[in-house]
Amino acid sequence: MIEVDIRRRLGDTCIDAAFTGAAGGITALFGRSGAGKTMIVNMLAGLERPDSGRIAVDGVTLFDSGAGIELAPEARRLGYVFQEGRLFPHMNVRRNLAYGMKGKDGTVAFDQVVDLLDLRPLLDRAPRTLSGGEKQRVAIGRALLASPRLLLMDEPLASLDGPRKAEILPFIERLRDEFAIPIVYVTHAMDEIVRLADTLVIVSGGAVAAVGAVEELMSRLDLRPLTGRYEAGSVLTLTVQGHDADAAVSRLAQDGLAVTVPLLDAPVGESIRIRIRARDVSLALRPPEDISILNVFAGTVTEVSDRKDGQVDVLVDIGATLWARVTRLAAQRLNLVPGQQVHALVRAAAIDRGSLGRRGKRVDG
Amino acid sequence: MLTPLEIEALGLSLKVAVASVVFSLPLGLAAAWLLARRAFPGKSLVDGIIHLPLVVPPVVVGYALLVLFGRRGPVGAWLYDIFGVTIAFTWKGAAIAAAVMAFPLMVRAMRLSLEAVDRRLESAARTLGAGRIRAFLTITLPLMAPGILAGVVLAFARALGEFGATITFVSNIPGETRTLPIALYTLTQTPDGEAAAARLALIAVALALAAVIASEWLARRLARRLGGGA
Repeated sequence: MIEVDIRRRLGDTCIDAAFTGAAGGITALFGRSGAGKTMIVNMLAGLERPDSGRIAVDGVTLFDSGAGIELAPEARRLGYVFQEGRLFPHMNVRRNLAYGMKGKDGTVAFDQVVDLLDLRPLLDRAPRTLSGGEKQRVAIGRALLASPRLLLMDEPLASLDGPRKAEILPFIERLRDEFAIPIVYVTHAMDEIVRLADTLVIVSGGAVAAVGAVEELMSRLDLRPLTGRYEAGSVLTLTVQGHDADAAVSRLAQDGLAVTVPLLDAPVGESIRIRIRARDVSLALRPPEDISILNVFAGTVTEVSDRKDGQVDVLVDIGATLWARVTRLAAQRLNLVPGQQVHALVRAAAIDRGSLGRRGKRVDG
Repeated sequence: MLTPLEIEALGLSLKVAVASVVFSLPLGLAAAWLLARRAFPGKSLVDGIIHLPLVVPPVVVGYALLVLFGRRGPVGAWLYDIFGVTIAFTWKGAAIAAAVMAFPLMVRAMRLSLEAVDRRLESAARTLGAGRIRAFLTITLPLMAPGILAGVVLAFARALGEFGATITFVSNIPGETRTLPIALYTLTQTPDGEAAAARLALIAVALALAAVIASEWLARRLARRLGGGA
């Protein structure tokens, strides 16, 4: 359990952040550059001091201006993975990893972390000889080996290109699933949120605009300026029901909602999160016949909102909330108003690999 | 090979230079840290005082030391009464004179290297459980090692060559304060001393050259370690 309620004045902007995160799982701080995300994380780590407020992790108070408590960074036991790695240049990988270990028998075993992050071939290398992705893996391992109560990750993938990102993401998922260590994850990339986050904290102008489950916040039209700037869409969490290798599709379902997606490499029963972009959803008043679209959901329009650019955002309740974006002309022709019965059409091929997140052995709490 | 007089002057010079560097190293580190990392009132005054020996005539420094550390000077009298130690006109005084004259060079090199150390690495060490002192010893100090080495070599070379402040403060006493430069000066004032003076001059050059070569070698090793991490 992470409890944060802090304030700090910074020139003419003001950080005012209050949120709580789950004991396990990943709490993502999402917002544009300059929204104050890094400052919030630095205050959690004790590298910056809030003017007032309180920070507690798992019931241990790290900072409380009212009670006069302020733990030094080294006493907080929070692992911190920085955007630029910050490996110690005068130490090899092995010594970097061991820097934060307490004695031989730290709670987190060296070999376990080395294997998890696939670091064995790198142990005797110098940081300057590592690639960007390798550096971040070492940085994650180093933070993990300090046996932290909580892991802070400040845009750990921001300095990496696409393939390097894809190389690190599975490691972070394994961290979440195998170590069950709570993570506060700062990012401005929606794909990372969909793939990793449990709780989403949307930060804007130094303040927390909304806190909640990813699925819930992603289907709120009032947060559209913050969440939907590039690729608006809804997020659904479903369970793998089965695969059809000949037809090259997998079937997912949850609470009576069934979705067909391109063939997945995931065991039956695993929890999968998918993201369906609003622009990939079409609406029809009658169920269409003989079309290539595999996913047709009957539902009810719950909310309709005009956009500045002339398009219309429509939320449809299909058992979960689905976000569709249509032209104003289409909205007028179909008479899209709340309460209207519609059929939502989603091409399976539009649900691509990049919008899938494995929710494996997730720890709830 | 070397005459007894040369061995005496050379040995004394090395003793004085080594003592002055060892004595000023911790003070130099502290001053560099203060100037690079701390903001306090009167900082530019402290900075100015540390750099003073670089700009005032060495004789002035020697005179000031004589006034302070002489048997009847405020510091000298105190040292004599409490510890029975005499500074003026002894090799210890020569070491202090050399230390004061070399101090700005040492502090400058260390301060520059400390300012070049990425403080974010120290923050990273703190989040990994290292207190301020451990972070300084394991991260900051090793990363500024080339600057410390440069400061030590510069100060050592400056101490070997110290003349004006030394002769003013501790005079020219054979076997006690007659260091290599002072011995050389004495010879140039002696009739028929030219040949012996030339030999001493060569020894001084050879010593300085050896110090520079040794420091280059050390610096290369350090750079390899800092970059290579082995």
